[in-house]
Amino acid sequence: MKFSGFKVVKEALTGYKGYGPLWRNPDPKPAYDIIIVGGGGHGLAAAYYLAKEFGMTNIAVLEKGWLGSGNIGRNTTIIRSNYLLPGNQPFYEYSMKLWENLEQDTNFNSMVSQRSILNLIHSDGQRDAYRRRGNSMMISGAGGQLLSRAEVKEMVPFLNFDNARFPIKGGLMQKRAGTARHDGVAWGYARGADMRGVDLIQNCEVTGFKIENGKVLGVETSRGFIGAKKVGVSVAGSSGRVMDMAGMRLPIESHVLQAFVSEGLKPVIPGVITFGAGHFYVSQSDKGGLVFGGDIDGYNSYAQRGNLPVVEDVLEGGMALMPMIGRARLLRSWGGIMDMSMDGSPIIDKTHIDGLYFNGGWCYGGFKATPAAGMTFAHLLATDKPHDTAKAYRFDRFNRGYVIDEKGVGAQPNLH
Amino acid sequence: MLIPHPLLGLRDSQEFTYLGDASLMNRPDPSAPDAEAAFCDYVFLRNNPAGVHRELWFHEQGDRSWLIVTRNTVTHEILGAELATDVKLGGAQ
Repeated sequence: MKFSGFKVVKEALTGYKGYGPLWRNPDPKPAYDIIIVGGGGHGLAAAYYLAKEFGMTNIAVLEKGWLGSGNIGRNTTIIRSNYLLPGNQPFYEYSMKLWENLEQDTNFNSMVSQRSILNLIHSDGQRDAYRRRGNSMMISGAGGQLLSRAEVKEMVPFLNFDNARFPIKGGLMQKRAGTARHDGVAWGYARGADMRGVDLIQNCEVTGFKIENGKVLGVETSRGFIGAKKVGVSVAGSSGRVMDMAGMRLPIESHVLQAFVSEGLKPVIPGVITFGAGHFYVSQSDKGGLVFGGDIDGYNSYAQRGNLPVVEDVLEGGMALMPMIGRARLLRSWGGIMDMSMDGSPIIDKTHIDGLYFNGGWCYGGFKATPAAGMTFAHLLATDKPHDTAKAYRFDRFNRGYVIDEKGVGAQPNLH
Repeated sequence: MLIPHPLLGLRDSQEFTYLGDASLMNRPDPSAPDAEAAFCDYVFLRNNPAGVHRELWFHEQGDRSWLIVTRNTVTHEILGAELATDVKLGGAQ
């Protein structure tokens, strides 16, 4: 089944009888070439690119719940490539290029909307820092513009420009950034992988690894043993729990991040806006709700819910930035579990166990990375070599002293 | 969350700053032959359990004592708190 404008018209005239399920629901086979643990955005993207770009189809994705039930379904949907460090920025720019062609590639409407991101500047020092970041973005081809206060004011006049403590002095804008329909991303990849023969196995929890003589032979699951030549783990949020079954300790702590959505409003916020003096980022969904978030709660957590002090902190940030937000009612808030790594950057690497590969440590930036994380993890699984843009994301960067600490706060995961 | 401070009673967790796993009190011996590898593990690797976790909280806006709080990371239930100075985990202080 191929989606097209013609298909939409045809189905409208024939009672929508031609739409079937987007993917099969197969039982697991006894063994596969590659098993990917985790049917979230990254796992499904990896399976999709393994099938499409590397021609491997004897693959299973094992998911303990339903497809896309983790962080791909609970993030704030922002996509951007405005990083600073050379280990990060080319990777995120590669991801942005994949986003730009995602819908044509997967033949699925993921509602990628390049509506821009605006990082606000509140001090002269911050302007210098953003100018440096903008230069780093331009080197990678991501583009970026430094805006004056007047230019920002013309674009988003509703912000509080004369806040006594944090007046707005300008902004760094990336026009190619924006948002995407988070569930649609997972569904597009799932459908594309399934069409190419990948088995997507839901309600199948991995309960252990079978490892003999330093080599992985398969996984024990709630639906029995499944053999595999290679196993790729892509379970952000649960990385600690899953890799513990392989006897590995990780440079990762699990933390809870909350997100919020307001009642539906008329279009008011043109793109993504971030507050530079606190931690607050907001965009408006196509349904009209303001989607926003802030800091993680700051203590180890595997509970998919947070506590009220952070709710207050995030909303205070919102009020300081755009007082009009106080007129909107909060509709929902929820929490997701983040792999907070020791330097704030991810890991896509082999482990010391032969045939066991790991993708995780995405902190709270995993959504925008979905296409590139899938592609580079697929590259690693298929060729045993890291993709050019993901060479820095190695396990051993910590003991070799090559950490990628975008924020410069050191090995303190709750501060990244 | 309310933390049962051994000296001050129930205190709001907002008064505290969180550091992490209580094993951070066990600093490795810097003169040991394997000190480099031991420090690398100490600084970067964590057990990160889902369930009971012993962790360091600093009473920054209170009596500025370090507490070891025992807390369930799945439910956020706090099971107890001790003064870090009362706890000998071994190694240097």
